[in-house]
Amino acid sequence: MKLSELFKQGKFVITCEAGPPKGIEITGLIDELESLRSKVDAFNVTDLQSSVLRVGSMATCRLLREKDFEPIMQLTCRDRNRLGLQSDVLSAAVLGIENLLCLTGDHPKLGDHPDAMPVFDLDSVQLLSAVKGLMDGKDMAGNDLEGRPPEFCLGAAVNPGADPLEPQIMKMEKKIDAGAEFFQTQAVYEVDKFAVFCQKIKHLKAPVMAGLVLLKSPAMAKFMNANVAGIHIPDEIIDELAAVPKEKRVEKSLQISTRLIKQLKGLCQGVHIMSLGWERHVPTLLALAGL
Amino acid sequence: MLFTQNKPTEEVLESLGKEKDIFLLACNGCAEVCETGGEKALSAMKDELEKAGKNVTGTALVDFLCNKLLVATRLARETDKIKQSDSILVLTCGIGVQAVAKVVDKVVHPADNTVSLGGLQGLWPADERCEACGDCALDYTGGICPITFCAKHLLNGPCGGAQDGKCEVDSEKDCGWQLIYERLEKVGRLENLKKIYKPRDHSKMLPSEDLRKTSFYDLEK
Repeated sequence: MKLSELFKQGKFVITCEAGPPKGIEITGLIDELESLRSKVDAFNVTDLQSSVLRVGSMATCRLLREKDFEPIMQLTCRDRNRLGLQSDVLSAAVLGIENLLCLTGDHPKLGDHPDAMPVFDLDSVQLLSAVKGLMDGKDMAGNDLEGRPPEFCLGAAVNPGADPLEPQIMKMEKKIDAGAEFFQTQAVYEVDKFAVFCQKIKHLKAPVMAGLVLLKSPAMAKFMNANVAGIHIPDEIIDELAAVPKEKRVEKSLQISTRLIKQLKGLCQGVHIMSLGWERHVPTLLALAGL
Repeated sequence: MLFTQNKPTEEVLESLGKEKDIFLLACNGCAEVCETGGEKALSAMKDELEKAGKNVTGTALVDFLCNKLLVATRLARETDKIKQSDSILVLTCGIGVQAVAKVVDKVVHPADNTVSLGGLQGLWPADERCEACGDCALDYTGGICPITFCAKHLLNGPCGGAQDGKCEVDSEKDCGWQLIYERLEKVGRLENLKKIYKPRDHSKMLPSEDLRKTSFYDLEK
């Protein structure tokens, strides 16, 4: 099912990230997702997240479909040129994948193969245009596709914490022009800032899903502040987490996320949860947040 | 030496758009040798612009447009003419265009495509870099190159990974797209960023057989 259908129904959409393993033992991931069945609308399957080698997004998406989960295939411009990307888009359609999230992708220097050739033949806007073209039955060179063209719901990313914000919004507008139907954001911890962003994109009709990373420890929060672009976790949140003993951290972290979801709910059309191995805690979080 | 080719006249006129008063600036170094700069190309471009109904507010020829001190000093004599111009059309390589953009707060348009770095250019003065992509985008990006300044060579705006104005790949390096944004804001051309920039034509990066016959390849034989 296309995610756009859920937005059309006015549903507050919940997606969760599913990171394929580094190695071929994939049953663990599928088992983890079992606890989220019917609680989460769809799963984003990452495309070599943080430029670290893993099992691919397309194969994992197909396995998810076979288990009746709804996958969103992430597709980045980092590793494939326009031939590879277009071919993978067609292959995804053949495998029954209906949602694509088109991203620029992290630079290989940030991952575990820093000496790899960064491709970036296309950027995220051009990738969206290319997929839209395929959906209209034409490849990037203007050649006709044979038979029925592929159909997808296309998503894109935006960073509401970027400074300056304006270039991000201008790029967001281009992504909509190029075919993006929904947006997922970088993790949000400052609701005030996010509200300003929402105000500035009021003229855009595309639904936005606020990103949420579950904080496992104060050290993780500090690491993210120092190393993850566009994320700022305020000191009050870090202090709040640091104030409880270790065994209470999960509970506290879920409390913080619950509060954020409740505050964000009125501002956007969904949440995208990046649980980073804490998939088992997501059902509790959703229950606490009343979702 | 940098090897350049004229952009098609239609492309140059399209980039000038509704701008009427144009200051013409040509390089008398490598571009003169390629006949894309120098006196001859300058006067030919002047004719083309006038034929298209433009007003050429002034012209200047500088030996090496990649030398910012030379450019700034020479253009100081033309301050009034440049002030009354809508933009500057620059007949030179990608480095020259970037050098001009750095010293003058005016919209700059490249008239040439840089296709090959056949050895060293006249001078390599600072942080401007040209990758000889053969399809110069400096017109759209305010004279700051998105191919060499952005780690991902992005053409449609920042990736969202920059932190405090620095690149996600190297915290010592400025985010090229932030520089481009600030520059376009300064020269009043932020609307450039609304255009969806088409994917690059990578075949333009390889000098054609004709070019190889006529440039430094001949000398190496």
